Amino acid sequence: MTKTRKGPIIFSKSKPFSGLKNAIDIGRSEVLDYVRKSNIKGRGGAGFPTGVKWNLTATASDKKKYVICNADEGEPGTFKDRVLLDEYAKLVFEGMVICAFAVGADEGILYLRGEYISFLPELEKTLNQMRKNNLLGKNILGKKGFNFDIKIRLGVGAYVCGEETSLIESLEGYRGEPRNKPPFPTNTGFAGHPTVINNVETFAAIAHIILKGPDWFRSIGTEKSSGSKLISVSGDCKKPGVYEIPFGTTIKKILKLTEAKDTKAVEVGGASGVCVAKSEFGRKIAYEDLSTGGSIIIFSKKRDLLEVAKNFLDFFAEESCGQCTPCREGIPVLQEKLDKLQQKKATKGDLEDIFSLAETMYLASKCGLGQTAASAFVSILSNFKKDYVLVKS
Amino acid sequence: MAKEPFTKPTSRAPVSQRSQTVGKINKKALGGKVTAVIDGIEIKVPMGTTILEAAKKIGIKIPTLCHHEDLCLAGVCRVCLVEVEGQKTLQASCSYPIIHNVVVKTYSSRVRRARKNIIHLLLRNHYGECYSCEKNNNCELQDLAEEYGVTEYKFGHIQERRFQPDLSSSAITKDNDKCINCKRCIRTCIDLQEVGVYESVNRGPETKVSTYLNKPYSDVICINCGQCVNRCPTGALKEKNDVAGVWKAIDNPNKHVVIQTAPAPRAAIGEEFGLAPGTSVTKQLNTAIKRVGFDKVFDTNSSADLTIMEEGTELLLRLKKYLKEQDKSVKLPQFTSCSPGWIKYLEDFYPDKVDYLSTCKSPQQMFGALIKTYYAKKAKIDPKNIVSVSLMPCVAKKYEAKRPEMNDSGYQDVDYVLTTRELASMVKECGLDLPRLPESDFDKPLAIGSGAGLIFGATGGVMEAALRTAYELVTGDEAPFKKLRVTPVRGMEGIRDAQIPIKKAKKEWKFLEGASLKVMVAHGTANAKKVMEMLELGKLDDYHFVEIMACPGGCLGGGGQPIPTTDAIRKQRAKAIYAEDEQLTIRKSHQNPVVETLYKEFLTDGPCGHKSHKFLHTHYSPGSSWIGKKPRVKVRKK
Repeated sequence: MTKTRKGPIIFSKSKPFSGLKNAIDIGRSEVLDYVRKSNIKGRGGAGFPTGVKWNLTATASDKKKYVICNADEGEPGTFKDRVLLDEYAKLVFEGMVICAFAVGADEGILYLRGEYISFLPELEKTLNQMRKNNLLGKNILGKKGFNFDIKIRLGVGAYVCGEETSLIESLEGYRGEPRNKPPFPTNTGFAGHPTVINNVETFAAIAHIILKGPDWFRSIGTEKSSGSKLISVSGDCKKPGVYEIPFGTTIKKILKLTEAKDTKAVEVGGASGVCVAKSEFGRKIAYEDLSTGGSIIIFSKKRDLLEVAKNFLDFFAEESCGQCTPCREGIPVLQEKLDKLQQKKATKGDLEDIFSLAETMYLASKCGLGQTAASAFVSILSNFKKDYVLVKS
Repeated sequence: MAKEPFTKPTSRAPVSQRSQTVGKINKKALGGKVTAVIDGIEIKVPMGTTILEAAKKIGIKIPTLCHHEDLCLAGVCRVCLVEVEGQKTLQASCSYPIIHNVVVKTYSSRVRRARKNIIHLLLRNHYGECYSCEKNNNCELQDLAEEYGVTEYKFGHIQERRFQPDLSSSAITKDNDKCINCKRCIRTCIDLQEVGVYESVNRGPETKVSTYLNKPYSDVICINCGQCVNRCPTGALKEKNDVAGVWKAIDNPNKHVVIQTAPAPRAAIGEEFGLAPGTSVTKQLNTAIKRVGFDKVFDTNSSADLTIMEEGTELLLRLKKYLKEQDKSVKLPQFTSCSPGWIKYLEDFYPDKVDYLSTCKSPQQMFGALIKTYYAKKAKIDPKNIVSVSLMPCVAKKYEAKRPEMNDSGYQDVDYVLTTRELASMVKECGLDLPRLPESDFDKPLAIGSGAGLIFGATGGVMEAALRTAYELVTGDEAPFKKLRVTPVRGMEGIRDAQIPIKKAKKEWKFLEGASLKVMVAHGTANAKKVMEMLELGKLDDYHFVEIMACPGGCLGGGGQPIPTTDAIRKQRAKAIYAEDEQLTIRKSHQNPVVETLYKEFLTDGPCGHKSHKFLHTHYSPGSSWIGKKPRVKVRKK
C-alpha cells in the first residue's frame, strides 16, 4: 500500500476526474482563464507561465494539435515525477485531458523516461480504464466533439530529451537534439503542429486548479510563485524523499523537515542548479529566488565539493547532445580545469578562464543544458572558496 | 498500375535541420513588415527574415561558420551570436527569425567575448597547423581566427590525432581531426543531394560526423559528387588528390601526357587566382597547362559534341522503335548519362531503372577511349606510353575513371582526373599567374568544340545541345529559338520542363510530325529523386528525354570547383559559359568538323554503329557500389 502523502495542493484530497468534469462544465475559455489567473508556471524547472503556453497553442491556427506530458525526469536528484506516475497517474492524465479540452488537441503523448518502464503496465491499465469510463476517446463525458486519447512513448535515457524540442525530435524518430527557437512548440511542435508540453507535476496541479479555482491556488505560495512545489530531497539527511512544500519555503525549513545535520551545502536544481552555502540557507524555493525542477541535494561537512562538481561535469559531458560548440567543446575544458584544481595546480588564470568560459556557455549555448552546465561548478567556486587553493603563478 | 514510390516523397532531413522554421512564419506573416534596429541602423524587413539576412541587407557583416546559403538552418556553431534586447542569452542570428520589432547589437562586449571563446574552443580540437593544410588560405575557421585576433590557443590545442583519415574512396577523403561539427556536409548530403552518407554520432565531446556504422566511404553508398567537399569550411573533407601522380607522369620523359579540359573548370579556375566568378580563362589556361608540362591539351567539348551525336541518335532510335515499330519494351524517357554522380545515384537507389539511362559514356570517358586508340594511332604513339589526364569540375569523375567498365581502349581510358582546384595548385606551384598568361589554342586533332559542347557545363546544357542537333536532324531546320537560346531549359530552378513541337519532319522521321518533344531537366540529386518518383508514378510516361546532373547548377557547381560555391557564384559561371557559346561560330554539335572527321576516319559506321558502341557506349549495373563485393542489397525486380 502506498503511504498517504500530505500536501497543500497536489497531495491534497480530491475525487479523481472531478476537475475534468468541472472543466467541461465551465467551458474552454474559462479553463484557459483559470490557468492564466492561477499564475501557475512550468514545474519542470524553466518556469514558463503555463497560461501563456496554453493560450498560444489554443489560438494557433491548425486543426491538429498535441498535448505532450514530459515524463522524462532526468535531472540528477529528482524523483518526484516517479511518485506522481506511480501514485497519482490519474491526476496527471486528468490534467492532460483538461489541457486537450482547453487548447483543442485530439492527441496526447506521455513521453516516459526509459528507466521508468516498470510503470508502463500500470499506466496503460489506467488509460484503458479511462477509455472505458469515457474519460478518453470520443465525445468525452458526453461533450460532443471532444475527442482525445493518450499514448505512451518511451525515451531511451538521454537527459537532453527532457528539453522540450529535443523531446519532440526524439518522438519524431530523430537524434535527440534541441531545435532552434523560435518557433516554439506552441506554434510548431510535434510533427509541425502546435503542441503543449508540460511537466508531469504541472498537469497534476492543473486538475486541482480547475476544481478549486485560481484564487485558492494563488493563496498558496509567494506573490510571484503561486502554488506548491514537489521537491525530491536526497543526500545527507535522515528523511530523504518527496515533499510538497508551498513556494517560499526556506532551505532552513527543508533541512529541518528532513532532519539534516552538519549541512555544508545544498544543491538546488540538480546538476544544472546552484550550490548554496550555509550563509544563504535563509533563501527561498521560488522562481524569483532559488528555482528548481525539484531536486534538492544535501551535502554535509564531510563532502568534498570539488568532487561534487566533478560528478556533475562528468554527467554533462556524457549527456550533452554535442551539437553546439560552447557545450560540446566547453565541458571538456571545464573538466580539465577542475582536474587542475583538484591536483592543486590551478592558477588564478585558470580560474579566470573558467568564469569566462562559463559565461560564454551560458550566453551562447543553444539549449538549457549547455546554458546551465557550468552553473553548479561556478557556484561552488564562488560560494566555497575555502574548498580549493590556487598556486601562485 | 501506379505503385507507391520506393522512397517516401518526404525529405529525410531531420526536422531540426530543415529550414521550416523561417518559412512557416513567413507564410503566416502575409507580407507584414517588422522593424529591426541593428547596431543603431533601422531597417524594415518582411516578418520571418533572420537577423543575419537583415544585417546583410544594411551591410553589416556577422561572422558565420555553420551557416551556408545553399543549406537549411543549423544554428550549431554559435559564432553568429548577437545580442537581442530583452533576451537573457545571446541568439544565433542565422536562425533567429524576426517576428516582432527587435533591437540588435552585433558586436557588444558580451558578443565579442563569447565569439572569441567559441573560436578558441573550435581550435582546441582542430588538429594540425594551417601551413600543412591544403585549405590554407581558403579556410573559414582560419579566417575567423584571424578576424578575431587569435594569436594563441587559450584552451589548448590537440597534439595527437584522434581519428584515422578515411582514404578509402577514389573521390573523397575525410579527416575527422579537422572537423568542427558544423554539419554542413550532413545537411548537404541529406537536404541537397538526398543521399545521406553522413550523420552525427556519439554524444557530448565525442560527437563526430560519421558514415553509416562508421564504415569507410568505399563500403557505404556515396555517389562521390563532392558537394560536401565544396561546402566544408575547413580541411576535413577534400578530394582524393591526384596531383602527385600527374607530376610523376610529367616528369617521366618516356610518357606522353595529354590533358582534356572540360568547359566548367575554364569558367571557374580564374576564381582560384583572384578573378571574379564568371571570368572565363580558356585560352590562358591552355598556355598554363603547356607551361606546366603537359604535351597536349585537348578540348573535352569535342567529345561532348560526340556525346550529343550518340545520345541524340540513341534517343531518335528509341523513339522510332517505340512509336513506329510499337516496341513497348523500349524505355522512355531516356535519361542522360554524362554525370557519374547521377549514374551512381540511379544505380544505387533505383537499381531497376538503369535501362532508362542512355548507354553513352560521359564526354570524359568517350575522350579517354579515343585518346588511347584514335589519337595514339594518328600521332603514332604507343598507347601504353600515353598518360591521359582530364581537368574536370568534378570529383565523381575520379571514381568514374576507375570504374571497371572504362577500359575499352585496352588500358584504363583516363588515368588521372584533376579537379579545378588541383590543377590550380599545380599552376601556382609553377609560379604562373594564370590571368596574365598569353592566350593559346587547343591542340589538334581534338581542338574544336562547338558551343553546344561548351554549354554542357551548365544545368540544361546537355538538353539544349541535344535539342539544337536533334531538332535539325528531324526537321532539317534550325531549332526555333532566337539566337539558338533554348531558354525553357536554362536557369537554376530545380526541375524544369519544356515542349518543342515538331511541325514538319523529314521523310525518315515522318512519324514524329505533329508530335511534341517533351523534355525535363533537373539538377542536384534531391531533384533527381523527385523526378524518379514521378517516373515511378507514371507521370513521365509522355516524356522523351530527361537531363539530370548530380550537382546543383550542373557541372559548373561541381564538387571539384573552386570553393566557396553559392547560387550567385554558380549563376555567374553559367553566364560566362552561355556568353562564350554565343561568341563561337559553330554552335551545333553536328557541325563540329572534329566530329565529322571522327565519323569519317575512325567511327566509320556512324553514330550508334558497332564501332561507336565499342568505344563510346557502356552498360550500367544495378547497385554498382557492390561490384566485386558480396552483395548486401537485394535488387528489386519488377
